[in-house]
Amino acid sequence: MDSRYFRSLALTAAPGPAELSRRQFLKLTSLAGSGLTLGVLLPGCAPAGKGPDTAASGPLSMPFVRIDPDNTVTVICKHVEAGQGVWTGLPAIVAEELDADWSQMRAESAPAQVPQYGNFAFDPKGSVQGTGGSTAVANSWNQLRQAGATARAMLVAAAARAWDVPPAEVTVSSGVVAHAGKNRKASFGELASLAARERVPGEVTLKDPAAFRLIGAQAQRLPRLDSKAKSTGTQQFAIDVTLPGMMTAVVMRPPLFGSKVQSVDASQARAVDGVVDVVTVPRGVAVIGRDMYSAKKGREALKVVWDESGAEKRGTAEMLRDYRALARGKDAVVAGQHGDVDGTLAHAAHRIEAEFEFPYLAHAPMEPLTAVCNLQPDKCEIWAGCQFQTIDQMNAAAQVGLKPEQVTIHTLAAGGTFGRRANPESDYIVEVTSIAKAVGGKYPVRLIWTREDDITGGKYRPLKLHHITAGLGKNGEVAYRQRVVGQSIMSGTPFAAMIKDGVDPTAIEGNAPEQYDLEHAHVSWTPTKSPVTVLWWRSVGHSHMAYSKEVMIDELAQAAGEDPVAFRLKHLGKHPRHAAALKLAAEKAGWDQPFAKQPGRGRGVAVHESFGTVVAQVAEVTVSGDKISVDRVVCAVDCGIAVTPDVIRAQMQSGIGYGLSAALHGKITLTGGKVDQTNFHQYQVLRMNEMPKVIEVHIVPSANPPSGVGEPGTPPIAPAVANAVRMATGLKLRSLPFDLAAARAAKA
Amino acid sequence: MATKFTINGEAHELDVPPDMPLLWALRDHLQLTGTKFGCGMALCGACTVHIDGQATRSCITPVAAIEGKEVTTIEGLATPAGKAVQAAWIGLDVPQCGYCQSGQIMSAAALLAGNAKPSDADIDQAMSGNICRCATYARIRSAIHQAADQLAAAPSQG
Repeated sequence: MDSRYFRSLALTAAPGPAELSRRQFLKLTSLAGSGLTLGVLLPGCAPAGKGPDTAASGPLSMPFVRIDPDNTVTVICKHVEAGQGVWTGLPAIVAEELDADWSQMRAESAPAQVPQYGNFAFDPKGSVQGTGGSTAVANSWNQLRQAGATARAMLVAAAARAWDVPPAEVTVSSGVVAHAGKNRKASFGELASLAARERVPGEVTLKDPAAFRLIGAQAQRLPRLDSKAKSTGTQQFAIDVTLPGMMTAVVMRPPLFGSKVQSVDASQARAVDGVVDVVTVPRGVAVIGRDMYSAKKGREALKVVWDESGAEKRGTAEMLRDYRALARGKDAVVAGQHGDVDGTLAHAAHRIEAEFEFPYLAHAPMEPLTAVCNLQPDKCEIWAGCQFQTIDQMNAAAQVGLKPEQVTIHTLAAGGTFGRRANPESDYIVEVTSIAKAVGGKYPVRLIWTREDDITGGKYRPLKLHHITAGLGKNGEVAYRQRVVGQSIMSGTPFAAMIKDGVDPTAIEGNAPEQYDLEHAHVSWTPTKSPVTVLWWRSVGHSHMAYSKEVMIDELAQAAGEDPVAFRLKHLGKHPRHAAALKLAAEKAGWDQPFAKQPGRGRGVAVHESFGTVVAQVAEVTVSGDKISVDRVVCAVDCGIAVTPDVIRAQMQSGIGYGLSAALHGKITLTGGKVDQTNFHQYQVLRMNEMPKVIEVHIVPSANPPSGVGEPGTPPIAPAVANAVRMATGLKLRSLPFDLAAARAAKA
Repeated sequence: MATKFTINGEAHELDVPPDMPLLWALRDHLQLTGTKFGCGMALCGACTVHIDGQATRSCITPVAAIEGKEVTTIEGLATPAGKAVQAAWIGLDVPQCGYCQSGQIMSAAALLAGNAKPSDADIDQAMSGNICRCATYARIRSAIHQAADQLAAAPSQG
């Protein structure tokens, strides 16, 4: 998701007075766009009178940092840890400014509370707390540097007062506060309670990035703070939450998108041993049992008649047929145009026309959607891997008739999300709260989606069709005409306000004229409607826009008889970061060396910017029969200052694997409106044997503020592989997932 | 009728329906939540446990099938191979979201218990039943090799 999407949403999510009154530790006197300024006294700030030896044992507790007497430094993370590494990246920023020792750092989730924990990338006021658009590190950068420096200054002030020395003479290094002249030393933990009595400084000095010790591309690897819990089975996810008296719910949902409950016969379901309730809720019929076993058995025995009058009954084949016709029609909104596209194409030396098809895709995080709700008359507590805390709070509150501030969210580690848990209607949160309400809050409810619920449950990356005509003029100038056909993600949601002049930015983001210097371009979009629900899927519009762009550019290079890297560089004059990443990937891949011309071997390249980060990838493949093996991927990434390089490397590997999974296998299809795939045997995903044996990640040196890495690794891999396959076989892959047999048949 | 079995070295008797999947018996009735639900059809490996030392998908294993057997979950993994695998996982920062990693580790530990020096092909064979949507596969592969090396260097430790 792009931060732009959220700006208007903030208007509907502005905090009420009650939100403001809930700040417990600090008043925020001002919230600058660049970060947080702390300006008033902590409660209980009596003058410091005691020395460190007799200090009380309280913590130094601030909105983003808590230093406990046990010498741990806990960073309160406003973003969900879903694997992308925020529980390491955010603490690293604080640790750097605080001059902490990495071994004392800890991470915990922030409560759902705005504006304190709002996302500045979503809107400058921080009205919405949420994670998305690869914004976690980018929007926390200044805020957490300030927080770390503030805590450091208070530790220094406390030490100076206790030791009766000027603060300027106090040093901090690797978690030790010291004064050389008086030979005094203290740990953060020893100073915490004294520091809590110090005035919060109005202004702090941030480090010169040249002095960074823990973060940056050259720094030593910082071990992830969650590796141990996640390697010993002790990390708690929502599905692991157990409350006294808790019951387990599964929901039977409409078999067709857009159908509704007409009648329910729950008699046999209720007769199942262990089933305690069957309730109809807005999104389906919930069967509640004392455990998952009984709830599932109950659901199998449940009989529901559905009203399918408003349902989608087309299959994806029919939908694509409709899309093809629409692509040739006049009905479209123009997203951007310049130059003389038609004139240039009419006299083009080389002209390529292509139609690309992209399927619906399920996110399929390994932890299916789960949430626990404990509803009481005046409050509602939710445990989930929430990605949109403020929106989830509002939707839950509306569901149970409470105010948003009466909804407490415990954000737990999410077992993957890839965008799925960030949905404007909070589907799974609304389900668990509506079930809790339907049973009168008489017991806590744990909702679990089965994998079948997940794969068939919608919120897919939209089905898309691109029709592109591109050509090279007499002087090598590029003309590029693209029509995109498919559903809007934002339409009908609070994000609809982001649809400007009829264009949903998620439908066409990352298009060719945005990313290359193209002399003549025209990009348009034909929105379609269907009850099939759609959502942002890791890298959103970039996931398909990068594909057709990078394949077309590659084919234009080939048509011009030019090297694919050199051709791109020629059209990246106004995109120096693209050019630098591309050059680095090409250099590290040995692009200037002739590629081994063994049968079936191919090498391809792609470069794409998304969410402020530029990623270039060179893929080497072997094609044998109809099988594509990706042997090696060389990846270069420019994400500004590399906060935690090893997390960046991991995210590039992850983005490549996720994108490759979709390129080789990912496909949700419908027949007669019904989803054909139900579980991983039909919705196949990348497995160990298909992971490239070699993935090299190179980070472009940069002094720019950091940008995100959760999504940008995904868009370039599919086109890089497609370009490599074209080199190896001459086959043009126009539809995803790749189907070499179909491509051969189409060519013949 | 109660099923008798050993779980992480302790004798247990569990009175649940005999067709209840072991996965849900572990999670809902023994509070051993380290073993994860991912698919319910033995397609993803998140629920992998050891039964008499063999890597087994607990989501399709009925409780009745473990009568008299020894079940080991991630919470009780204490074999030399298991400990070496966990140390390598932590040392190389394998996990991302972490949800599948209990299953990955149980599969890897079983692999190393039977094959001290697995090749990449052996690893593909043993591990391709375990899905990771974060695609941590490259680090899983490295960690298995590292654990194998560590076990070879210090076979008596662990």
